[in-house]
Amino acid sequence: MSGKQKKMLLRILISAALLIIAVLLPVEGPWRFAVFLPAYFTIGWDVLWRAVVNICHGQVFDENFLMALATVGAFCTGFFGSGEYPEAVFVMLFYQVGELFQSYAVGKSRKSIASLMDIRPDYANIEKDGVLEQVDPEEVSAGDAIVIKPGERIPLDGIVLEGASALDTAALTGESLPREVAAGDSVTSGCVNMSGLLRVEVTRPFEESTVSKILDLVENSSSKKARAENFITRFARYYTPIVVCAALALAVLPPLILGGGWGDWIQRALIFLVVSCPCALVISVPLSFFGGIGGASKQGILVKGGNYLEALAQAEMMVFDKTGTLTQGVFRVAGAYPRGCGEEELLEMAALAESYSDHPISRSLKEAWGREPEPGRVTETEELSGRGVRAVVDGRTVWAGNSRLMEELGVACDTCGQAGTAVHVAIDGAYKGHLVIADQVKEDAAQAIRELKEAGVQRTVMLTGDRKEVGESVAKELGLDEAYTQLLPAGKVEKVEELLKQKSPKGKLAFVGDGINDAPVLSRADIGIAMGGLGSDAAIEAADIVLMDDKPSKIAEAMRISRRTLGIVRQNIVFALAVKGLVLVLSALGLSNMWEAVFADVGVAVLAILNAMRALNVKK
Amino acid sequence: MKKKFKMVDLDCANCAAKMENAIRKIDGVQDAVVSFMAQRLTVEADDSRFEEIMDQIVKACKKVEPDCQILR
Repeated sequence: MSGKQKKMLLRILISAALLIIAVLLPVEGPWRFAVFLPAYFTIGWDVLWRAVVNICHGQVFDENFLMALATVGAFCTGFFGSGEYPEAVFVMLFYQVGELFQSYAVGKSRKSIASLMDIRPDYANIEKDGVLEQVDPEEVSAGDAIVIKPGERIPLDGIVLEGASALDTAALTGESLPREVAAGDSVTSGCVNMSGLLRVEVTRPFEESTVSKILDLVENSSSKKARAENFITRFARYYTPIVVCAALALAVLPPLILGGGWGDWIQRALIFLVVSCPCALVISVPLSFFGGIGGASKQGILVKGGNYLEALAQAEMMVFDKTGTLTQGVFRVAGAYPRGCGEEELLEMAALAESYSDHPISRSLKEAWGREPEPGRVTETEELSGRGVRAVVDGRTVWAGNSRLMEELGVACDTCGQAGTAVHVAIDGAYKGHLVIADQVKEDAAQAIRELKEAGVQRTVMLTGDRKEVGESVAKELGLDEAYTQLLPAGKVEKVEELLKQKSPKGKLAFVGDGINDAPVLSRADIGIAMGGLGSDAAIEAADIVLMDDKPSKIAEAMRISRRTLGIVRQNIVFALAVKGLVLVLSALGLSNMWEAVFADVGVAVLAILNAMRALNVKK
Repeated sequence: MKKKFKMVDLDCANCAAKMENAIRKIDGVQDAVVSFMAQRLTVEADDSRFEEIMDQIVKACKKVEPDCQILR
């Protein structure tokens, strides 16, 4: 509890005590009125004061004004009619209790959201003349060497110079498996060093580090408001004046028309006023979105604004980029089809023949073979551009390359049945079979597509610059509805434009890419989702939603969070309006009292806040 | 120039919205966002008159919610 809240609590207790004394005092007439005043002013002086000040500033119709009017009005009806004063004090007391609780709940949820973002490093250990010194991360510049001890948070992005360790990336990605790093690997600020001592060369100053970017993004996310939020702000602007006018009409018209009974109608009008504050809605709606965004970031899903969270729930078309999004973007040997030799021999010959090349295909062959070529085995190599290589291995001439190379040699080769790039091998003019090299599909890609369909996405589309056979086989393997292949970056934009025209007016199109070459498409789609990768700037800038750990299955998770958040928002709007509407009608008919009115105001606000806080809880 | 300020004792969401509207109407302010949840004010305004504009902003906020302070 803050100091201000504690002071309020004290005032509430004192006022409650004074009220009890006043009720028990055996006095009558004007004195009875007087004994309630201390309790009333103890609890309500600031409300009265603010009401007066705000009216002077031209701010009529705020909460303070409504409460002041309602309680002063209750005193008046007591003075001229019933002689009942406790109600006015009670209403003010109850109102303040509610306000206190409300401010406590908001403070609490602010704190729990802030703790989710608890990735800001406090210090960096910088090495100066062999001595470690703790400095503010902002003072470290790129190129400095810093030391991170086990248990410490990595303060700045950098590259490991010395040491090996496991990093806990959970705060950034929601991933609980630690990441192994060793010399030469890049490390991201915000991760926690779990086991070994690391010496790291800083690559970016603090303002440009991943941590700063993420914090900035999340803190500013509340500035892009969802439609529901804007609706509520607009609603509040019209709602309060209308209710005040209605209250005025209720106080004046019926007694004039029906004659007499002023006190009763004024009482009803006052109740009307108390109900009218739109606070429950105005607080709980942004709180829900903030909670949803906070909960999502706990899972490594960064959402740039409430509007995107809202849009995601309506996603009907999900368009994917292939390489790096659904696939790992890493080439591996996916199949071996030897002819007249062993699988191992085929791989060995191909790897050795290609051992001097740095082409991604050659690298994947070497990786699959898994051994270092002994010196002297490969004696002569020649790159045959666009076709492959010729090399002399163990005294035999080996050709490795595409089918065109085999044609030129006059060697009959098999047609490859598997999607991917085929590397045919011929030794001394005899065909020895082929190897297939393909991009690996991400482990959770098929599951991601399945889950998205379950979550209500109607069309899943893949766009790729890759060859038709490759693209279509991946699409089939993952269960995507459509695949468009051999597209240039500009072609992807055109395709997305075309798809945007096909969707229903209310549905949204989301594009998922890895942020490389995708920026125009990411911004063209209704929702741009980027596979952030740790520290990829382009992706974080261009996209509306960033998946920190590159897992496509997180999209379905994000959709679930989005739906849940919107559900909570809707519950709150309906609940608050229903209770308020009901009490308004009851009070107009004279069937409700001040108690119910105060509940309809503060009580509903508190319940709505408690409900909104649920948005923060995201199941792992 | 874009600057961020922390706000203390920003207690009501409705007031935050009102402040935002009031600040946006001040001459020289290009954009302003009052985030109730982050208790933060982000102002984008003319460089040359920034301090003077900030004085006006503080005044405008005091009008809406006298308790709330902007830490400069």
